[in-house]
Amino acid sequence: MTRNKYTARLQLYSMCIPAFILFGTFVFYPLLRGVRISFTDWNGFSQHYSFIGLDNYRKLIIDPNIRTAFINTLIYGIGSTIVQNVWGLLYALLFNRKFAGRNLVRAAVYLPVLISGLIMGYIWYFLLQYSGGALNDLLTVFGVGPIDWLAEHRRAVGLILFITSLQFVGQSMVIYLAGLQTISKSYYEAAELDGARRWSRFIHITLPLLSPAIITNVTLKLIGGLQLFDLIVALTNGGPGFSTHSFSTLINYLYFVNQNAGYSSTLGLVLFLFIMAITISVNKVLYKREVEY
Amino acid sequence: MKRKPKLKLIWTLIGLALALLHLMPLYIAVTVAFKKTTDLSSRWQFPSYLYWDHFKDAIATGHLLRAFGNSLILTVATATLLVLVGSVTAYPLARIKTRLSRSLMNVILGVMMIPTLSIIVPLYSMMQQFQAINTYWGIILVLTTFNLPLCIFLYANFINTIPKELDEAAKVDGCGSYRLFYQIILPQLKPVTAAVIILKGLKVWNDYEFPLYFMQKPQNQTITLAISHFFSDTSSYFGSASAAALMAVVPVVIIFLALQKNFISGLSEGAVK
Repeated sequence: MTRNKYTARLQLYSMCIPAFILFGTFVFYPLLRGVRISFTDWNGFSQHYSFIGLDNYRKLIIDPNIRTAFINTLIYGIGSTIVQNVWGLLYALLFNRKFAGRNLVRAAVYLPVLISGLIMGYIWYFLLQYSGGALNDLLTVFGVGPIDWLAEHRRAVGLILFITSLQFVGQSMVIYLAGLQTISKSYYEAAELDGARRWSRFIHITLPLLSPAIITNVTLKLIGGLQLFDLIVALTNGGPGFSTHSFSTLINYLYFVNQNAGYSSTLGLVLFLFIMAITISVNKVLYKREVEY
Repeated sequence: MKRKPKLKLIWTLIGLALALLHLMPLYIAVTVAFKKTTDLSSRWQFPSYLYWDHFKDAIATGHLLRAFGNSLILTVATATLLVLVGSVTAYPLARIKTRLSRSLMNVILGVMMIPTLSIIVPLYSMMQQFQAINTYWGIILVLTTFNLPLCIFLYANFINTIPKELDEAAKVDGCGSYRLFYQIILPQLKPVTAAVIILKGLKVWNDYEFPLYFMQKPQNQTITLAISHFFSDTSSYFGSASAAALMAVVPVVIIFLALQKNFISGLSEGAVK
């Protein structure tokens, strides 16, 4: 009997084999290979390269472009997590009310989520273009001079954050809406009997009971925001200068344009460790606060 | 408590204003695509005519139909593999509750967090050695691998809700694990499979990073690559570029409107439980 059980379990586990062959081949092996490449000055195609020890890592610390990309990645990652969660929750609360055209509005807010960030970035170019751009057209009506929207780096970073949030806030909204449906009305009725005000009902009932939705949304947005790539490529391609690069776009640039595969690989490893650290620590904090009633 | 109808109208108006804000970029893309290149009126203004030449031009010069075909192949093949491998992997991980299975699950969730670009250099050089660049099988396997963790997670969450008694009964009848999975579990996975296909199909259709590296030959171009070439090469012909972008979006929007309910539940499936 025990032997039977043992073979049954082995048979069950064997069903995981295809997946782990895939992970081993396309994730774990490249990850190790990346560590090796990070100690070289490989250019990405040549047969010849030499080991340069920790040079890439030393260079990384003092490289000002890496510092900018690091700060931008934080802004895109943490920024879009906060903005889209607050915004999405507000939408969910707003569109959870009954009003005429509610489903239409929800669908319209969700629709841009379906579009590739790359395409959305290119479309926004029609709005941000200096001459003939839709936003500057609007400004001239109000007598304000045209603005070169993406020329100043802080504004460009802010716009990237805004555009990605405007596009993907529908995703957070839908998850929060689903979360709101799981909260039983009886909690609110009881609270109302106790004379709890609207704000305190939100803080003490809605928010804690939404914690599974919050965890999902925060994790999704962190992963998405910290990896932001296609929208930046379409909108600024990292410019002006290097000022709007994220880690992802900079890795692409160093590899594709600069042909500095060793250095690019080093940056990749740092990005990997960085995202792991942030996601794990944020999740630890969030899971601690999860409640069950 | 009854609300006055007046208040409800206010919510409708606010809702519609916000809806317009989110649809505005698409609206601008539509006006650009339908205007003649010589028409210099504001992009806010909808043309009094519909000019279709940009669309014809986009199809002819951008090889959009070929790109559509390529994206479709990648999407269908990857989604199929994701359903097969995802469900098979999730079953043991959901059913066995030991330290080993839990750590395997954690490894899978860890893979989900790995940014594509962070291992692109070694991955690309490895694919070169395999001679997998510009092949369908190469990019399909890569796309499958990187999208697999979330699928396994969704399937495992769903299988957790299927009562174990069914398995036990089948085992008593002498049913092996593989047969049990195919005959008892698999037929019950339809709702989560719909979610996986919708979520991941969309992801693969819109993917840019992997095709950028692994599908460089013009005849292998996917829809996102074709559009990025449109915008970077012929930057003076905004009309055609915009038309191309709209054509990539339209099929997705049509599918969304047709399957709206599954879409929304697909997205939030397993998210709030």
